[in-house]
Amino acid sequence: MGFINVKKKEVQIKIVYYGPGRGGKTTNLDYINKKYKQRIKTEMVSIKTHGDRTLFFDFLPVDIGKIHGFDIKIQLYTVPGQVKYNATRKLVLKGVDGLVYVADLQQERRDSNIKALEQMRENLISHNKDILKIPLVLQYNKIDLKDEGVPLLTFQEMEQDLNQELKVPSFVGSAITGENVVVTLKKIISMTLISFRKELQ
Amino acid sequence: MYDVSLEQLEEIDAILKNDLLTIGVHCTIIIDIAGNTIAQIDDGRSSFDVTSFAALAAGNFAAVDAMAQLVGEQQFSLHFHRGEHESIHFSKINDEILLVCIFGQDVSLGFLRLKTDEVIGKIKKIWAG
Ligand SMILES: Nc1nc2c(ncn2[C@@H]2O[C@H](COP(=O)(O)OP(=O)(O)OP(=O)(O)O)[C@@H](O)[C@H]2O)c(=O)[nH]1
Ligand SMILES: [Mg+2]
Repeated sequence: MGFINVKKKEVQIKIVYYGPGRGGKTTNLDYINKKYKQRIKTEMVSIKTHGDRTLFFDFLPVDIGKIHGFDIKIQLYTVPGQVKYNATRKLVLKGVDGLVYVADLQQERRDSNIKALEQMRENLISHNKDILKIPLVLQYNKIDLKDEGVPLLTFQEMEQDLNQELKVPSFVGSAITGENVVVTLKKIISMTLISFRKELQ
Repeated sequence: MYDVSLEQLEEIDAILKNDLLTIGVHCTIIIDIAGNTIAQIDDGRSSFDVTSFAALAAGNFAAVDAMAQLVGEQQFSLHFHRGEHESIHFSKINDEILLVCIFGQDVSLGFLRLKTDEVIGKIKKIWAG
């Protein structure tokens, strides 16, 4: 849940990157961390296994400046994508204000994309949140693999699998090259702020 | 989304200062389960990254709570980590809000628990009123 601190004149917002294992959630945050080095005052916190898989979460706070005199502090989190870590994923979703769902364009990951999204819906319900109401952006990641001849799903296939009912903004991108990483981030921030303003009224 | 009024925040700051810093607590933070920092008071001598600390503390607390439920406990009421120089004490103000204290060896755990219970009582009143 977002928090408005009237004393420090700041708004804290929690955005979670969710998606199947190895989809590129951590790589999104790595890219943002490098790109906005000057705006990020602290180290990125990553609780991970020796094999660099996320074990609990990654955490990256980003200041995006002032709106109506309030400092907007965005707190980015990732969940661990591996199937066995669902209990941990639920914990990270506590108090979430906005979600980026990072799906994997590789054909062989088609089932995991669908399953992880379905489980996200259930996990949100356990926090009394509705996937159709929470600010959500989809990112179809790893488009750079196309040049290497890896069989990828098309944009239409991804939309059909994941976005038919949701009808939320979606971007094809690459967390490695940075393609659409910032676009995804800006979109989810603006959607979350808009839904905040609605709640405030 | 929620907010706390300026008056409430100032009352809370005063309580943390008067009841916890005076007994030697180095730093005390009130966070919510999402990892947001609601209030933070320190003795000016400690310097660490409070934002990251809050995110980790909320995650840690949530994880221990989930473990409690797995073994059939509602919750473990006390979370405590002892270090060589600094120790950390967590307690629940309500289901959404936690009180975290960082303190050195000169503060006894028993006394700290007594004080944090008092502080929680006072803060609950502010929240309710
Ligand atoms: N080619 C390519 N590889 C990527 C891209 N994004 C991530 N990867 C690679 O995919 C692997 C997994 O990426 P991570 O960012 O760790 O994936 P994750 O979603 O955080 O995985 P978990 O923490 O296990 O949930 C790494 O080897 C990345 O380098 C991308 O856009 N293109
Ligand atoms: Mg990861």
